Amino acid sequence: MIGKLAWKNLWFKPLNTVLSLVLLTASVAIISLLILLQEQFEKQFSSNIDGVDLVIGAQGSPLQLILSAVYQVDAPTGNISYKEAQVWMNHPFVETAIPLAFGDNYRGFRIVGTTPDYLEKYTAKVETGKIFEKDFEVVVGSEIAKKLNLKVGDTFFGTHGDSQEGDVHEDFPYVVTGIASPTGKVVDNLILSTVESVWAVHGDHGHDHEGHVHDENCNHDHDEVDENPAHGEEGHVHEEGDEHDHEEENEITAVLIKFKSKMGIISWPRMIAQNTKMQAALPAIEINRLFSLFGFGLQALEYLAYGIMLISGISIFIALYNRLKERKYEFALMRVSGASRIQLLVLVLFESLLLCIVGFLFGTIVGRLALWIISSTTDEQFKMAFDPFIILWEKEGILFLVTIFVGILAALLPAIKAYTLNISKTLSNA
Amino acid sequence: MIQTKDLKFSFNEKTTFSFPDLHNEASQTLLITGNSGKGKTTLLHLLGGLLRPDSGSISIQDTTISSLSEKELDQFRGKNIGLVLQQSHFVASLNVLENVVLASWLSNGEKATEKAKSLLVALDLEDQIYKLPSKLSIGQQQRVSIARALINEPKLLLADEPTSSLDDENAAKVADLLQKLSKEHKASLIIVTHDQRLKDTFSNHINLN
Repeated sequence: MIGKLAWKNLWFKPLNTVLSLVLLTASVAIISLLILLQEQFEKQFSSNIDGVDLVIGAQGSPLQLILSAVYQVDAPTGNISYKEAQVWMNHPFVETAIPLAFGDNYRGFRIVGTTPDYLEKYTAKVETGKIFEKDFEVVVGSEIAKKLNLKVGDTFFGTHGDSQEGDVHEDFPYVVTGIASPTGKVVDNLILSTVESVWAVHGDHGHDHEGHVHDENCNHDHDEVDENPAHGEEGHVHEEGDEHDHEEENEITAVLIKFKSKMGIISWPRMIAQNTKMQAALPAIEINRLFSLFGFGLQALEYLAYGIMLISGISIFIALYNRLKERKYEFALMRVSGASRIQLLVLVLFESLLLCIVGFLFGTIVGRLALWIISSTTDEQFKMAFDPFIILWEKEGILFLVTIFVGILAALLPAIKAYTLNISKTLSNA
Repeated sequence: MIQTKDLKFSFNEKTTFSFPDLHNEASQTLLITGNSGKGKTTLLHLLGGLLRPDSGSISIQDTTISSLSEKELDQFRGKNIGLVLQQSHFVASLNVLENVVLASWLSNGEKATEKAKSLLVALDLEDQIYKLPSKLSIGQQQRVSIARALINEPKLLLADEPTSSLDDENAAKVADLLQKLSKEHKASLIIVTHDQRLKDTFSNHINLN
C-alpha cells in the first residue's frame, strides 16, 4: 500500500517526476556506457597483447605499427625485408617470432600470411578441418565463418588491400581448410594463410615490383600474372631485377616477438632503430599511451555524468520539498487514520528511491542501447564488437549504490519533516 | 465510554485552557459549543490524541490515552477514533475509494475495499468512488471524510465543525447522517461547533466559556 501510494504520488505531478527521471536516466546511461565501454575496450586491447613483447615492423609511428600488427585496425607502416627480420627472429633471446604478411582482404576481412604459431598465441584451435599447410589454404576465424557462412572446402578470391572495393586476385582461389575456435580476440576476424601464399599472390613474376606485398596505395596491374601463371614459389628469384640496386627480397609486414629473456624488451628497440631500417615497438607502452590519451576524455565524461546525477538529486529534493507543503495535510490525515511517524518517513524515502530505481533501470537499458549502436559501428569499421549484455556486477553495483545514496540524500530532509510533523497544529491551521 | 477529568492545556502562558469534565456513552451524541478561541478544536485534538494534555486524564473505554506511547497512540487512534474535520483533506493522488481504503489499511493492515464501497454507496457517493477527491463538491467531500472516519468502526467519532461550511440543507443532512451512523455503529459521537443550527438537532450539549 505504501508502494502504491508512493507510485501514485509520483505520477500525481508527472512533470516533476519526468524531469527527475530524465536526469537520472541520462546520468546513469552515460556512466554505465562508459563503464561497459572502458572495461571491454581495455579487456580487448589487453587480451590481444598477451604473449607479444615486441613488434618489429617498418619505420613510422610505433602506435600505428601496434594498431596494425596486433589489433588489425590501422594501416600498416610499410614492409620489411624478411631476410633482415629473420636475423632478429632467430635470435637466442626469442622464444617465438610470428611473421605477419598483409596484402589482401576477403569482403573486408584481412587475409594474413603467418605461421600456425599465430593461432596458438591466441589459444585458438582449428575447430573443424585442419591447419593451412600449402599455399592458398586458409584457416578462417570463427566470427568470419559465422558472418560469411564459410565452411571447410569453400573457395574464394582475395581483394587487394584493405578495402572491399579493390582488385580481385581472380587467379588465386583460396581454399578453406579449417575454421578456428572462437577466442573473443582479433584472430576471430582474420583469415590466416601461409606467408608464402601472400607472396605468391603479390609475387612479381618477372616484374620489378618489390614492396608490393603491402603497398596499399599503388595501383597494381595484376593482369601481368596471367602471363606467368607459375606462381607460388617462395623466395621467387627476380630474374630481371638488374635495375634494382639490391637483391630481390621477400617482404613481410611485421613480426610479433615473444622473448625468453626479458632483456630484449629494454635493449631491442634502440638496437633495431640504430642498426636497421626497421623499428621495434612495445605494445604494452603504446597501448598505455593510447589509454591515457583517451582516458582524459572518459574521465571528463564521467565527471559530467556524476554532475548530471547531482542535479537530478537536487531536482528530486526540490520536487519532494515543494510537494511537502501541499501534502502536510494529507500526512496529518494519515497520522489521524493510524499511520505512524515511521510510515510517513518511509513513504517519502520510498518515493525518492522508487524514482531512483526506475531511473537506474532506464539508465542501464539506455546505456546498453547506446553501446549496441556504438558496437555495430565499431564492428563494421574496426571489427571490434562490444557485448551490451555483459553485466559488470561490481562497477554497476557501485553505480546502483551511488544512485540509491543520491535518492536517500535528496529525500532525507523532506522525510524528516514528514516524520516530525505536528498533526494538531497542521490540522487546526487548516 | 469516554470520560475526561480535570483536563488542562496551554499553548503558552497567556492561553491556557481548563476544560469541564466530559462524559459520553456509546451511541450517544455530545455537542460541544463555544465561541472562537475557547479551545473547542484544542479539546477535540486532546480527545483524539493529537495533543497531549498538560494535566488531567482521558479514558476511552478502559484505556487512558495520555499514558500511551507515541506509537501506541497512533495505533489506538487508527483503531478506535474516527475524525471528521471542518475542511476535508485527502491524499490528493488517490481516488475516493482508495482514500477510504487507505484509512482501513493504516489502522489494521487490511484493505477493506468492499466495506468501503458499501459505506460510500450508503452515503450516496456511488458515482464518485473512482474520482479524485478534488473533483467533488464540498458536501460530497464531507461525506467521504465521514465514510473514512467510519471505515474502522471506531468507538469514538469526533467531528470538528462538520457543518459550518455547508448550506442549511446539507448541514442538516450531515448532522442526521452523523447521528444515524454513530448509532448504527454504536460509536460515541462528539461534535464541536459554533454552528447554532446543530443545537436544535442535539439535545445533549456543553458550552465552553
